[in-house]
Amino acid sequence: MIIQTKYHGEVTIKEEQIINFSNGIPGFLDQKQFVILPLSEESPFLVLQSLKNAELGFIVSSPFLFFNQYEFDLDETVVDILEVEDANDVEVMVILTMESSIEKTTANLRAPIIVNRKNMKAKQVILHDSAYHTKHLLEVASSC
Amino acid sequence: MLVLSRKLNQSIQIGDDIEVKIISIEGDQVKIGIEAPKHIDIHRKEVYLSIQEENSRAASLSLDLLSQLSSQKK
Repeated sequence: MIIQTKYHGEVTIKEEQIINFSNGIPGFLDQKQFVILPLSEESPFLVLQSLKNAELGFIVSSPFLFFNQYEFDLDETVVDILEVEDANDVEVMVILTMESSIEKTTANLRAPIIVNRKNMKAKQVILHDSAYHTKHLLEVASSC
Repeated sequence: MLVLSRKLNQSIQIGDDIEVKIISIEGDQVKIGIEAPKHIDIHRKEVYLSIQEENSRAASLSLDLLSQLSSQKK
């Protein structure tokens, strides 16, 4: 199918690429279907693009590329809701925020996005008791 | 807003399957236990608001910054 995207114009995707957030995500509860598109070739960043709203796309990445100590326990409830059977099916991404400049890019480690690759069910999980917050500075500038 | 008075260990039932119970009261801190179906997300309000706000900020990225970001390599 062909979809409209925020950053890449028209893109052809396959049905099986669609990720389902049954509860939407905080702030965008009516957006339940997304796809992950690479931002550019070789970029560590990806776009989490809404299917319903072409204007809604988040920049995401694997947290482990930038924060190799990052860890958290996944709630039993989340495991149940996403029907996770094998930890290897789980993909973790974090949403990035860029405001004034690229040097000030931050990652929201408090609310990672968890995708079960097996059934494509996903959820933005808000960690209850965690030292992580919503703005961890990403050190990307040095790699330019 | 509905306001109800409750004592220690008393509960409030919301609908068929949500229970909110007062677990302990110490000074100005109240500990609350919540029993609800799995599909209902329960969060501290201020944490939920901060995630909502951060998602909104993240969604409004300028194309100019994006083009800088696209040129970054792994």
